[in-house]
Amino acid sequence: MDLSKDLVAASATPLVLAILAEGDSYGYAIIKRVTELSGGHLQWTDGMLYPVLHRLERQGHVAAKWSASENGRRRRYYRITREGRAQLAAQRQQWQVVDGTLRGIWMKECPA
Amino acid sequence: MTTFADQALEEQIAQWRAYVRRRQGLHGPDVEELEGHLRDQLAALTEAGLTGDEAFLVAVKRMGNLDALSREFASEHSERLWKQLVMAPDADDQANTSYSEMLVVLGLAVAAALAVKVPALFGIPLNPDDDLPRFYVRNACLFVFPLLTFYFVWKRGLNFVSALWLALPFAAGAVFANIYPFHTRGDTEFLTALHLPIALWLAVGFAYARGRWFADGGRMNFVRFSGEWVIYYVLIALGGGVLTSFTFMMFRAIGMNPAWFVAAWLLPCGAAGAVIIGSWLVDAKQSVIENMAPVLTRLFTPLFTVLLLAFLATMAWTGSPINVKREVLIGFDLLLVLVVGLVLYAASARDPQAPPDFFDGLQLLLVVSALVVDGVALAAIAARISEFGFTPNRVAALGENLILLINLAWSAWLYACFLRHRGSFAALERWQIAYLPVYSIWAALVVIAFPPIFGYR
Repeated sequence: MDLSKDLVAASATPLVLAILAEGDSYGYAIIKRVTELSGGHLQWTDGMLYPVLHRLERQGHVAAKWSASENGRRRRYYRITREGRAQLAAQRQQWQVVDGTLRGIWMKECPA
Repeated sequence: MTTFADQALEEQIAQWRAYVRRRQGLHGPDVEELEGHLRDQLAALTEAGLTGDEAFLVAVKRMGNLDALSREFASEHSERLWKQLVMAPDADDQANTSYSEMLVVLGLAVAAALAVKVPALFGIPLNPDDDLPRFYVRNACLFVFPLLTFYFVWKRGLNFVSALWLALPFAAGAVFANIYPFHTRGDTEFLTALHLPIALWLAVGFAYARGRWFADGGRMNFVRFSGEWVIYYVLIALGGGVLTSFTFMMFRAIGMNPAWFVAAWLLPCGAAGAVIIGSWLVDAKQSVIENMAPVLTRLFTPLFTVLLLAFLATMAWTGSPINVKREVLIGFDLLLVLVVGLVLYAASARDPQAPPDFFDGLQLLLVVSALVVDGVALAAIAARISEFGFTPNRVAALGENLILLINLAWSAWLYACFLRHRGSFAALERWQIAYLPVYSIWAALVVIAFPPIFGYR
């Protein structure tokens, strides 16, 4: 099942923030985690994660710094900030509203 | 992320990196981040059993369309599409040299600003009440051009001892500007002030072209430099004008008159320092932003062609002759200077190998109409030259008109050959740059010979 582009884009922010809320991470690991969590249904174009991360950084939701990775090269690590956590909470509420509404209507249609 | 033992894979990554780097929205650190991602991906894929090639294909495919990606980066960092002028360059390894260059440039700019004040120590103050500070006007270019030459000698890494001969023209200029007993408000003094910079600009050009004036397109680069320099200088001067008006406005608001400061310090020192700063900007930023002079040339060549043709048509229609006044000759000289400039800067930005196009035809039309207009003006002036008599101003203006006329006539011929595929554009370019010293030699002649010939009037 392929998700529509708009839905992927809309879910990117809460997903990235939620993954970073689990712990500091970097681009490749975030993508891996997304694939893992969605059971492979949510396929991102790898490159597109980085503009999202940079936007979140500009908005102050995440902070980034370069540090050495386990094999010598530098890697950019991202960390969620306090504003990021607040943003994540707000997004979570919004998604719950959407989710609840859709559930309500679909339960009525097919009360399986 | 990982470095791979597989040499072919490393090469592919290097190619990919070079390709990504050319994208406008992507900067060095972004590319590094993306490359790290690619390497992580490759490591995981090869571990899963793919060969280097297969892994590379998959990883690049997963990275996604680079056009779309760089668009995303560009819209996220829109400020990057505006090239920053004075901001630090992104290549870290160059930071040191550009820092020391910055110091040299600032030092020279301050030196130029202070050089203007040196004569005041020797009893020749810059008096704001003089309507024309004669000593300063005569020597204006001598305050800065030697420093500018020094900058290029340093920048090009010329040997200072072997570059000493470059001091000769400046020494000669200083002698001829100051030994003659000019009459007060004399024309010849004014001509010296006007022509000395033109003569000495050639010496600056020698330093700019590393003393290899005749090789490597050195002269054409100097032409490009001169055009850009004028544009930068005008921009800096506009900023200086704003600074000056604020100086007046603010100090007058507290009941002080800053006129003496502006006239004796701000204007002369600023004008001198800006010469060095402008040169540095042009030289340091030549690859950063598009050259403006050729753009302006493209913009104004059609407009000036229309102006000249409309002028000729109106004159032919109404039959009204040119009203020969004192300034007419100089006005038409300036017109020719402008047309030569348009030809020169069109040539500087043109690929000499390209076949003739519409714009070349337009250039020819511009040159021919300028020749006709100048011919009409000269005829009008010649008819009344006996009435005027030969003053130094008129002889100088006539000489310059002749020099420019020869240049343009031959340029028109070369353009015509080129348009009929009987010659190459390179011939026109060669002619233009070979002609450059003529202007300086004539200017030197005016500085050296005119005052004695015309009795220092």
